[in-house]
Amino acid sequence: MKILNCPLNGPRNISEFVYGGEVVEHPEPHTSSNAEWADYVFLENNTAGVVREWWYHAPTAYWIIAERDTVKDEVIRTYPASELFSERMAYPAPPEAEES
Amino acid sequence: MSAARLDAPAGTLIDRDQPVEFTFEGRRHGGFAGDTIASALMADGELVLSRSFKYHRPRGVLTGCGQDANSLVQVGDQTNVLADRRPIEAGMVVEAQNVFGGLENDYGSWLGFLARFMPVGFYYKAFYKPYSPWRLWEKLFRRLTGLGVVNPDAIHGYYDKQYLFADVAVIGGGPAGMAAALQAAKSGAEVLLIEENKTLGGALNYARFDADPKPAAKRRAELTAKIERTDNIRVLTDALCNGWFTDNWLPLFQGNRMFKLRAAAVIVATGSYEQPMVFRNNDLPGIMMGSAAQRMIHLYGVRPGKRAVVVAANSDGYGVALDLLDAGVDVACVVDPRPAAEPCERQSAVALRGVPVIHETVIAEAVATRGNRGVVGARIARITGEGTLAKTRDRFACDLITVSVGYHGTANLIHHARGAMRYDEAEAAFVIDKLPAHLFAAGSVNSAYSLEAALNDGHLAGWAAAKDAGFEAGRKPTAKAKGAGTMDGGASPNYPWPIFAHPDGKDFVDFDEDLQTADILNAIAEGYDNIELLKRFSTVGMGPSQGRHSSLPSVRIAAKATGRTINETGTTTSRPPVSAETFGHLAGRSFEPVRETALHHRHIEAGAKMMVAGQWMRPEYYGPAESRDANIRAEIMAVRENVGIIDVSTLGGIEVHGPDAAEFLNRIYTFAYIKQPVGRARYVLMTDQTGVITDDGVACRFRDNHFYVTATTGGAGAVYQTMLFYNAQWRLDVCVINSTASYAGVNIAGPKARDVLARLCDDVALDGEALPYMGVREGHVAGIPARIIRIGFVGELGYEIHVPSSQGEALWDALMDAGSEENILPFGIEAQRVLRLEKGHIIINQDTDGLTHPHEADMAWALARKKPYFVGMRSIAIQLANGLERKLVGFILVEPDDPAPKECHLVIRGTEITGRVTSCARSEILNKIIGLAYVAPDQSEIGKRFEIKIEQGRMITAEVVALPFYDPDGKRQEM
Repeated sequence: MKILNCPLNGPRNISEFVYGGEVVEHPEPHTSSNAEWADYVFLENNTAGVVREWWYHAPTAYWIIAERDTVKDEVIRTYPASELFSERMAYPAPPEAEES
Repeated sequence: MSAARLDAPAGTLIDRDQPVEFTFEGRRHGGFAGDTIASALMADGELVLSRSFKYHRPRGVLTGCGQDANSLVQVGDQTNVLADRRPIEAGMVVEAQNVFGGLENDYGSWLGFLARFMPVGFYYKAFYKPYSPWRLWEKLFRRLTGLGVVNPDAIHGYYDKQYLFADVAVIGGGPAGMAAALQAAKSGAEVLLIEENKTLGGALNYARFDADPKPAAKRRAELTAKIERTDNIRVLTDALCNGWFTDNWLPLFQGNRMFKLRAAAVIVATGSYEQPMVFRNNDLPGIMMGSAAQRMIHLYGVRPGKRAVVVAANSDGYGVALDLLDAGVDVACVVDPRPAAEPCERQSAVALRGVPVIHETVIAEAVATRGNRGVVGARIARITGEGTLAKTRDRFACDLITVSVGYHGTANLIHHARGAMRYDEAEAAFVIDKLPAHLFAAGSVNSAYSLEAALNDGHLAGWAAAKDAGFEAGRKPTAKAKGAGTMDGGASPNYPWPIFAHPDGKDFVDFDEDLQTADILNAIAEGYDNIELLKRFSTVGMGPSQGRHSSLPSVRIAAKATGRTINETGTTTSRPPVSAETFGHLAGRSFEPVRETALHHRHIEAGAKMMVAGQWMRPEYYGPAESRDANIRAEIMAVRENVGIIDVSTLGGIEVHGPDAAEFLNRIYTFAYIKQPVGRARYVLMTDQTGVITDDGVACRFRDNHFYVTATTGGAGAVYQTMLFYNAQWRLDVCVINSTASYAGVNIAGPKARDVLARLCDDVALDGEALPYMGVREGHVAGIPARIIRIGFVGELGYEIHVPSSQGEALWDALMDAGSEENILPFGIEAQRVLRLEKGHIIINQDTDGLTHPHEADMAWALARKKPYFVGMRSIAIQLANGLERKLVGFILVEPDDPAPKECHLVIRGTEITGRVTSCARSEILNKIIGLAYVAPDQSEIGKRFEIKIEQGRMITAEVVALPFYDPDGKRQEM
């Protein structure tokens, strides 16, 4: 069983983690095309090479990001999500919205 | 004592003071405590343990250590027990496998006479086409093939699992492994030494490393004592490491326990498999590896024969001859396929004892007894070239042939770890080319064959592994002797071509599968010259011994036949497990943990029938099982007419604190929460990014910056995970806490609920003005700090009361006591299902599935379309634009006497399935059968009729009605 190094808890068995999919860019929720949105919702890139993925350490309820080489089956680096997401994210109101 | 028993010190594992009786094939046999089935039988003169797979030829001890299929027997209900590993026990019942009419007169042996009609690949060719006769053949083959008889009523034993951790794990407790463990332990590392056999020492227990046997015995005693004295070495004997998994995760099997070991560094010191020689009749009982004869003598005190021909292509073979001589076996001759050279110490000792040594000569054929039950002689011949022999044969009478022609490293674990091996022509063996990180090898698996070489190699590996595991390992150990990696001054112990095909066959390459040299050559001639294809077509190496003895000769034959080198030919892939595993080890104990609420014991005391709901135990109903339906009806009526109480502790409870709390809920859930007033609850509906409904509950706003959100039973973990996932990206200023287990909760519901609660509550005004429907308050109930939420899943006046878990029973008791005047009745989830159905409330995952979006479930009212964003918002918009494919509706049956459809009964129109029933029950209060079902959009208008197919294909008619079925104006819950 693989070991994943949790930035909060140190090296733990991978069975303690839940896979959360690839870290992907969120298209603009109101103005993107249906095709772009469907791509975001349904399609995984399945990259052969280095990927960035979400992993959740279930016992401590902690989401992390792992960089993994899918060809060599090696975890390159793990780090807190705040390294990629450091700013408060805001969503613009939908074009026809009047109030929230 | 039988004639074949030797005196002590031979027989280190047996206790001659403890005789043990058992039966084999119905006959009584005796042995001593510590004997294996095979050693006890051999001491009793019983050489045949099994019949071969295809030709049903008699087979006996080959390796003496559980590495071959010859020794597979059935012990009681247990199939495929290794007779040369399993100790005998008093009264043990041992039977042969794969025999028809007994081991002695197996009528399956007629198959041997048909051998010429069953060429390699016979099954594939004969039964490929036409298909229909296969069904007849299959019956025959099912009987002929497979080993052992499974008893379906066998009692499952107790098996368990344990975790282990080590800085350095050493697999194999032979000389190299012991040296490695001692060296690694010097650094302070915690060392785990894993040995498959009963005692440490490996070959030191049985092999003859010198002409004088004493130094090796002394060496073993010294090393063992040193290991015992070392506190940071833990030894597991009788423990098998059955595979290597990523990041040094190793399954170890000891008795009925599986250990899961995680080690920082692993040293593979697993030794090697002694290899057989291919000649005619090389499979007869009485023909065994040199090491097998030595094990029988030294471990069990059994003399393996009376007169032997010894094949020795290395110094170890001469050690075998010396051991046989010391055990009183008459050694007729030693045949050595190598040219005569400067004799080694052991060879000189053999010659001194008057045994003829014949060089450049091997056994061409073993002469069998009648019925092939043993050996009566060996025909030997001079070698004229690689695999070729002179015509002249000399015959020696013998009842034992020992074979010592080389070794094949036990590199299974190295293969599992994706280490690389390559064939070394000079060494005539596969050697380690490259090891992965944190994995080390020592001893004969790493080509260190002599005792000194193995010890040196162990010290080096122990040093390197300790260093790798992060310990101060000190100076690199220096080699104490020369000639590491070889035997007796530079010679390899491996004879490069121990294959002497015979024109009359029965020259077995694979004993498990009864494959002869011609079978391998024929398969190659038919085009299966790729090693993986050759294996699958011929089945070489696919038997129980997994190619331990057949892989090397078959690769050699394939390489030669195709004009390639062995490296070009390659080997097949070795995968876990190393040895057969029992299902008991994999299954372990049956362990299905469930959670109990704080009120669990109150339910039991009240006579509840408990059931599993998600992870939880919940009351299904209260009262005796005989009157189940009446109990449930009474519970329903108590709620509708009086007052009932239900444990809702299993609902998820999530606290959301912080300045962005409302904004956070606004993004997570579909409804709008920014303007939700303090002191009010609001429905929450969660969809995922594809717009599918995943959970629901209520959000109670206790303060501007604090919401308490409920989730479904079983949904809490996933909701919490989802919330954290999104906020890892949004970075809103909130703190989210899963407090599910911190609160016990009850819902007290019914027209008299307020009267009961009022008796216990003096700091919260409960009247409809002060605490209206969907109002929330914090206060005290029976003096217990409580959150009071006025909601009603069941459609009556009701209060959900959440208190700290530790106070759950006190709250329950107080409410039961306060409601005694009104005959308050606890109700279970069966009653609740009917009550909520009457109100038309859906249950997530029962009335929704993995594709249900809010419009389908008629929940557009719960979508706030003007807010900037919620998870699933865009997908729901797209789905709505694309048009509905189905809709969830309430229905009643048109004919009141029709039987109630069940959940998942289909809605059918003509030849088309347009939907299915998701919930259905008989409502006493409405005197109707009511339900929820998905139907096509054009069937969903009120008053439309549709047909449901129920049991036995009967069609019944249902009519769409408005929801809710009961109290459509909500007067009762809002009073």
